[in-house]
Amino acid sequence: MIEIFGVEVSLDPIWLTLEVAAWTTFILLLLGTPLAWWMARMQHSSKIVLEALVALPLVLPPTVLGFYLLIIFNPNGYVTEFLRFFGFEGQLTFSKTGLIVGSVFYSLPFAVQPLMHAFEAVPQKLLDAAATMRANVLDRFFTIVLPLSQRGFLVAATLTFAHTVGEFGVVLMLGGNIPGETRMVSIDIFDHVESLEYDQAHVLSAMMLIFSLIVLMLVYGINRRFGVKVG
Amino acid sequence: MKNTFLAGLFGTVVMLVSSGAALAQTATIAVAANFTKTIEVIGDEFTKETGHKLKFSFGPTGKLFAQIKNGAPFDAFFGADEKRALKTIEDGTGVNGTYFVYAQGQIALYSDKYPVKEQPLEVLKKAEFRHIAMANPRTAPYGERAQAYVKKMGLYDGLKSKIVNGESIAHAFQYVATGNAPIGFIALSQIVDPQSPIYKKGEYWVVPQADYAPIKQGAVVLKRGQDNTAVKAFMEFVQSPKAIEIIQSYGYSTP
Repeated sequence: MIEIFGVEVSLDPIWLTLEVAAWTTFILLLLGTPLAWWMARMQHSSKIVLEALVALPLVLPPTVLGFYLLIIFNPNGYVTEFLRFFGFEGQLTFSKTGLIVGSVFYSLPFAVQPLMHAFEAVPQKLLDAAATMRANVLDRFFTIVLPLSQRGFLVAATLTFAHTVGEFGVVLMLGGNIPGETRMVSIDIFDHVESLEYDQAHVLSAMMLIFSLIVLMLVYGINRRFGVKVG
Repeated sequence: MKNTFLAGLFGTVVMLVSSGAALAQTATIAVAANFTKTIEVIGDEFTKETGHKLKFSFGPTGKLFAQIKNGAPFDAFFGADEKRALKTIEDGTGVNGTYFVYAQGQIALYSDKYPVKEQPLEVLKKAEFRHIAMANPRTAPYGERAQAYVKKMGLYDGLKSKIVNGESIAHAFQYVATGNAPIGFIALSQIVDPQSPIYKKGEYWVVPQADYAPIKQGAVVLKRGQDNTAVKAFMEFVQSPKAIEIIQSYGYSTP
């Protein structure tokens, strides 16, 4: 509990939100990079199917995603059974792990799309030239692709992180509002509004507003700075 | 000649439209999530009998209340407790003298895994389950009573870490109905509804009404709807024997 403008606000939901967002960003950059690379270099027309699949969370109401995940993550369902096989003992619904998994789906386009566009802009000629000089795939990736796609990575990381912080529908559906485990900021604000604690709702909402504004300015700043350099 | 004809036609149309409006009006009513099914059935009967049309907006009582406070276009409000409906009168959005209790909710302990019908307290005491679902006690009256009940029985400390909260009783119900929580405190009305996904599946135990403060659900006419004949007719209809029968068949008691 801390006091801001004379209003007592619990910080737990904020730390939890940052933790979930950080994990989601880390996992999505890890998984999203090869996926985005593969999609960027894809020539076949089936690419549109992949692109559409990746973009789905942008247009689907989060409640749809949350509802499906609630069904799929059922403790007696196949997914949980499958994970048990590998020694997983928990439950995906009502847990931080479940929220992170849900967020990975929910924020997928925010990581993959900027990365894909960045990778698409890497000239094939450069890679071919490097290949003639016996640079292997990893060499080429770390010495050519990565430096040229800096902006894409920065934008992907920032947007993924921010989007996860602002997540509501999926958390509401999957979370169960457990303090320290699944009560994220958006849910906390919702509860304050529901129980007519408008002061707390105001403080937290203002914090979210300022945070989002800063993040977006950061994204546009990155775009501008690197945009000028490259263009 | 042509002009007189058009004027006459226009006059007739205006008359028809306005008389139609006087006969059948439309009312928009905010309703607590737990009463969704019941009020839909009552509303169908009402429309059949009177011709008035009803539009329902369902949600957690607290959210509906906040919306009303901020000017939501509702003509009447059916809350899940007494507090919020009464508070609208205090705030000046509700009409004085129109408040009444339309139903009294009952809490039930439901499970598709544990013998809650025979040994409800033993099941709660052993607490062998990973999660137990409840409505959020801060925002939902059903949740508040359920929490007060387990506290009164001295079971709260054993259950505390296992409680998952739905935002409304409808939300808590989803956790149980989808199998994510094997046990939960939900509304009796959600179990006895023949269309409920858990109807006749699993078992339930009705928590004795003497063990928790009654969940009186209050309704009130809002300022926006005070001249709406559909609203007035519906508020009367809800208290008629026909509606009371429907309300009771959905697992509520009536005052």
